[in-house]
Amino acid sequence: MMKEMQKETTDSTHYGEFGGQYIPETLMTELNNVAKAYDKYKDDPDFNKELHDLLNNYANRPSLLYYAEKMTKDLGGAKVYLKREDLNHTGAHKINNVIGQALLAKRMGKTRLIAETGAGQHGVATATIAALFGMECEVFMGKMDTERQKLNVYRMQLLGAKVHPVTSGSMVLKDAVNAALQEWTTRIDDTFYVMGSAVGPYPFPRMVHDFQSVISKEAKAQILEAEGKLPDAVVACVGGGSNAIGSFANFIDDKDVKLYGAEAAGKGVDTDQTAATVERGTTGVFHGMKSLFLQDKFGQIDKVYSISAGLDYPGVGPEHAQLAELKRAKYVGITDDEAVNAFEYIAKTEGIVAAIESCHALAYVMKLAPTMNKDQIIICTLSGRGDKDVASIAKYRGVDIDE
Amino acid sequence: MSKLKEVFENKKAFIPFIVADDPDFDTTVESVVTLAENGADIVELGIPFSDPVADGPVIQDADLRAFKAGVNTDVVFDIVKKIRERTDVPLVFLTYLNIAFKYGYEEFCTKCQSLGVLGLVIPDLSLEEQGELKGIANSHDVDIIPLVAPTSGDRIEAIAESSTGFIYMVSSLGVTGVREDFSKQLSTTVDRIKKVTDVPVAIGFGIHSPEQAEELSGFSDGIIIGSAVVKMIDEGKPTLQNDLANFAQGIKQAITVKA
Repeated sequence: MMKEMQKETTDSTHYGEFGGQYIPETLMTELNNVAKAYDKYKDDPDFNKELHDLLNNYANRPSLLYYAEKMTKDLGGAKVYLKREDLNHTGAHKINNVIGQALLAKRMGKTRLIAETGAGQHGVATATIAALFGMECEVFMGKMDTERQKLNVYRMQLLGAKVHPVTSGSMVLKDAVNAALQEWTTRIDDTFYVMGSAVGPYPFPRMVHDFQSVISKEAKAQILEAEGKLPDAVVACVGGGSNAIGSFANFIDDKDVKLYGAEAAGKGVDTDQTAATVERGTTGVFHGMKSLFLQDKFGQIDKVYSISAGLDYPGVGPEHAQLAELKRAKYVGITDDEAVNAFEYIAKTEGIVAAIESCHALAYVMKLAPTMNKDQIIICTLSGRGDKDVASIAKYRGVDIDE
Repeated sequence: MSKLKEVFENKKAFIPFIVADDPDFDTTVESVVTLAENGADIVELGIPFSDPVADGPVIQDADLRAFKAGVNTDVVFDIVKKIRERTDVPLVFLTYLNIAFKYGYEEFCTKCQSLGVLGLVIPDLSLEEQGELKGIANSHDVDIIPLVAPTSGDRIEAIAESSTGFIYMVSSLGVTGVREDFSKQLSTTVDRIKKVTDVPVAIGFGIHSPEQAEELSGFSDGIIIGSAVVKMIDEGKPTLQNDLANFAQGIKQAITVKA
């Protein structure tokens, strides 16, 4: 019996020592139902036809791979291409995953979607698809995030979703995940939990990886078309890590392509106001997964900080923890200041208002590109658009604007 | 044989739960002693976690009070040391896996063994993942107490087969909605467990009166009561120890009658 119980560390539910299903028994049956349904439909032709139809005809895929010529010349190094997930319907990469999971929910006969959200992009995407599918939708959002992302709260309500401000803990993304998990526990029969990032218990990290990998699938074909070769580096921002894993997925086996994840360092990696999980975190078990977490020596999860509500998370997806351990990807901390500078830079240089989350990736590109040769290529994922951030950036700069 | 399992021999067990260091060190020690002297067969002690996703608001608030008092894993072990100067009552910990993981499974279980902590209830340690801790725990005579939920379905037998000590059966779904056919469904689940193992089954979650305890103990081996006890501690009356004693006696009496 014990032999059966003791799992090999690497199997379909784990990433090396990371991943797994550390979740209360109340949810295990349903979690396995989701896993079984996903196994059944992921290669199903009808499922995939519907998925691609929605991605292309509703979400505006494929997204552009845009050569940022002015930025390239200004930085004076590698050619910079931007994968424009900000041009997707609802304005971020989140819709890719939500369409996939909501289609699965529909196949499972569910009529109600619940979700957590940080910056509100995942909540908006979930509310959008719920409206399209005629499903009920409830979104859990830390109270602090409802205040710094008011616009997205109203967007969700406009789309027919109910938004629950979460007042426990530090009232940010981590607490929203706690609340959504608790809600799922109390109402399983008709409810599907649409996990927004590549985190949580299996099968969520796997599903999010698969549904977001459309980013790098397209980017790879697009760069080969444009340049006739693979990029030298791929850069994406990492909170839980969904756009990053999607941006990395189809390049992981191409060993010459360097992968960089830009984490939110807040006021600095070495301060206590940070969310730089890979650099500062240690292995632990939380939110259904074994991964890297910011925590104290007794295993209490830290309060984290970043100007970005979407990266303000004390953990990271298990596949990123493994990529970091294997040194296949490198994770770098970007401070609030650096991200805000990048926000202003890309607006003035390329005429693009990018999400503050994505600006963490851009800030790293601004450091990296000048160190590379002119015949080298960087692909940077612009995970979302920045309309939602305009008010808080103005505030950061001490500018008073009437909302 | 598991020392915890022995507790259930020839009687129905009463298992109260309190959060360690809520609201302070001395109250916890005093309360455990009171419960032990007034009918508790096992006392379940909670080690607070920053993000207790499997707990309702009453326990969450107790965790916050304990954090305010400065609780951490070492403080909890100190509390147990103090308890051991006054009672040999079997103890189990309820905590989340990260607490034991960060302490180091080996060191955590070694301390449990030396202090007579006989079992661990870990809500986020699923059957699928328990292998990483179970071997180490068992080698220190510490049982992993598995949970069985109303939603466990086909998993009931596998959980029961791998269990030692006792099985913690969750009586209701989540925090709300105790259903009418509550007892019937529970007794059916107990029957299924009994078919594959002789490990005792204790029922917990949402039990607060002697009447409920009596009814549920009719078809199970023990009763776990958390929130009702934690609420009394929260109220913080000067008569707390007296009230705990009366409550424990009342429950013990209710489940002893026909045993």
